[in-house]
Amino acid sequence: MDRIIAQLPRFFSERNLILLLESAGLTLAMTALGCLIGFFLALVLVYLRKTPGLWALPLRLVCVAYVEVFRRIPFLVIVYLVLFFIQTVIRDASLFTVAVIAICLYATAYTAEIIRAGLESVPQQQIDAATAMNLGRFRTTLWVVLPQSMPVIVPPSVAFAVGFIKDTALVSQVGVFELTFRGKELNNQGFSAVLVFGTIAFVYFLMSWPLSLYGQYLETRLAAPRSQRRPRKIRQS
Amino acid sequence: MNYTFQFGVVWRDFPYLLDGALLTFQIGLLAFWGGALIGLVLAAFKTFGPRPVRWLVDAYVVFLTNTPALIQIYFLYYGLAEFRIRWSGEFCLLLGLTLNAGAYLTMIMRAGFLSVRRTEMEAGEVMGMSRLQQVRYVVAPHIAKTIYPALANFFIVILVMGTSVGAIIGVNELTGQAITRASFNYRWLEYFTVVAGMYVVLTFIASIGLALFGRWAFRVKARVF
Amino acid sequence: MPHLEVSDVRARYGSLEVLSGVSFTVDRGEVVALVGPSGSGKSTVLRLLVGLLPPSGGTVRVAGEPVDYRRAAMVRAVRDRMAIVFQQYNLFQNMDVLKNVTLAPVRIKGRDRREVEDLARRLLDRVGLGDKLHAYPDELSGGQQQRVAIARALAMQPEILLLDEVTSALDPELVNEVLEVIRDLAREGMTMILVSHEMAFVREIADRVVMMDKGSVVEEGPPAEILDNPRTARARDFFGKILRH
Repeated sequence: MDRIIAQLPRFFSERNLILLLESAGLTLAMTALGCLIGFFLALVLVYLRKTPGLWALPLRLVCVAYVEVFRRIPFLVIVYLVLFFIQTVIRDASLFTVAVIAICLYATAYTAEIIRAGLESVPQQQIDAATAMNLGRFRTTLWVVLPQSMPVIVPPSVAFAVGFIKDTALVSQVGVFELTFRGKELNNQGFSAVLVFGTIAFVYFLMSWPLSLYGQYLETRLAAPRSQRRPRKIRQS
Repeated sequence: MNYTFQFGVVWRDFPYLLDGALLTFQIGLLAFWGGALIGLVLAAFKTFGPRPVRWLVDAYVVFLTNTPALIQIYFLYYGLAEFRIRWSGEFCLLLGLTLNAGAYLTMIMRAGFLSVRRTEMEAGEVMGMSRLQQVRYVVAPHIAKTIYPALANFFIVILVMGTSVGAIIGVNELTGQAITRASFNYRWLEYFTVVAGMYVVLTFIASIGLALFGRWAFRVKARVF
Repeated sequence: MPHLEVSDVRARYGSLEVLSGVSFTVDRGEVVALVGPSGSGKSTVLRLLVGLLPPSGGTVRVAGEPVDYRRAAMVRAVRDRMAIVFQQYNLFQNMDVLKNVTLAPVRIKGRDRREVEDLARRLLDRVGLGDKLHAYPDELSGGQQQRVAIARALAMQPEILLLDEVTSALDPELVNEVLEVIRDLAREGMTMILVSHEMAFVREIADRVVMMDKGSVVEEGPPAEILDNPRTARARDFFGKILRH
């Protein structure tokens, strides 16, 4: 205990604080980037998965298999696979890229399930109406189904991304300079593990908790019917 | 890309990987049951306890679900060593995962508690059941049925995401075995491809088992896919 | 030559045959009512005509030309000539009234936006909703939504308007405002096929009544004949039940 107290001023030096802040930023950046790209890839995946017709059966199977397989592999294993696979293709790929790709692969599989459930929550009649008006599958999805399913899709997707901030701690293992990696570094420099990992845990907490509260707020807000959500604008024409 | 896959060494090491898979399964199972116990007790505290107790439960849940399991395990493994408490990596992993799972399972159990409807208990009361009988025959089955899909889902999460964290502190569960063996011969891609496949098989077996059990015990349709 | 000719059309959901040989014709400017007990396949006929359900047999001719529902281009062409109004209105919940009405004409048919908006305003005025252009569907009553749905269908400038039990989902006091709009259209000579349970309305507005049961046509003829002196036992039974209410 005395040792921890003695280390306090040296640990909370300007240099270390900036280091922690930067690495926290990196943690947030790679989570946000990976989950965002993953979200869009998941949209494409779900769209392809819903391709009708017998000829598209292999395509549908590939989409289902992707989701099923990647949800059943530990993130750490995916990180290693991406790392070693990329190194055989591109010699000097940055570790940040490796992390983002790994997060992206994982997020795609998880958000695909969220998006699928969301799209399926839109009543078939809406699709019928659009089809009868010659909208076609792509435009029906883009203009009618997707906008209506957003309230169902966005909150759990945000919750997933926020939850994933913590899980990205695992990429410290391959040497990305994110928060956990810096923590280990400081611990190796002789700072008390209690002090270092306590602080790191607190920084994660500061990122994760407010965002998860925001996610919950988003859920209640989007669940409200449109007429109560939109500020009333009465335009007469 | 001029990489030739050589799976020969991996097959030779397959018994090691199977050992790892067994350890993964054991730790996953123990952490899940330990966490379920914590979850049950804390959810009861949260629902029926006095205000300060409820706050403590909230604090526990909020803090453990908003920090990485890896950091929690580091704390047990490296942090407690400073107080001359030295536990093996396996034990730290198990304890950390149990405490972590306890927080998530508290949330799941609490949702189950909240799903009980007063009218159901009243119906039991009208039929002349005692309080204990109401819990035994009405409330408990209802809760079990409500939360079973979430529990089954969470078990898979622990089994995969949870246990693999142990690899980082040197526990030789499935991922750990892969790292250990691969660092001898640098066949990383081969090891991790095989290990990924083993995780898929392992979780599929677990999923199917859970779905069958759920159908038999609670008549819930837990999805395998 | 009839404008629409449905002959011996069949359709199935899986192994269940829902239409087992349906034939009738619609002339230009004619109003044909499809009546019959629920489950008799009336709505299925309309869904089939706009290509929401592929026929498993028979032919549909529009202006004398047979329609091959297996060919996407042909289905699109048919949908250009027919517009359907659904029982549940099915307005797009994420768009306001004006957008609902103008979406397909502007974005699909590629007509001039300003022109279409003018048309939409006129149509909405006509169904009595000229002041609701920027309201969202969930801010409107069922009757108002159904009138928007009719305006939306008319904005497509269809040759034939299909109305699928458009008043069934409405509260009784809202039925009349919708019927009024349809009455108006009939007076102007709009070609319409309507599925309805409102027998008094059918009698008033329809030129011809087609009575269906169990996926096929039982009887057809002018409303006075079919409704008051049905020839078949099945039709007598049905109208006896309905008209007694």
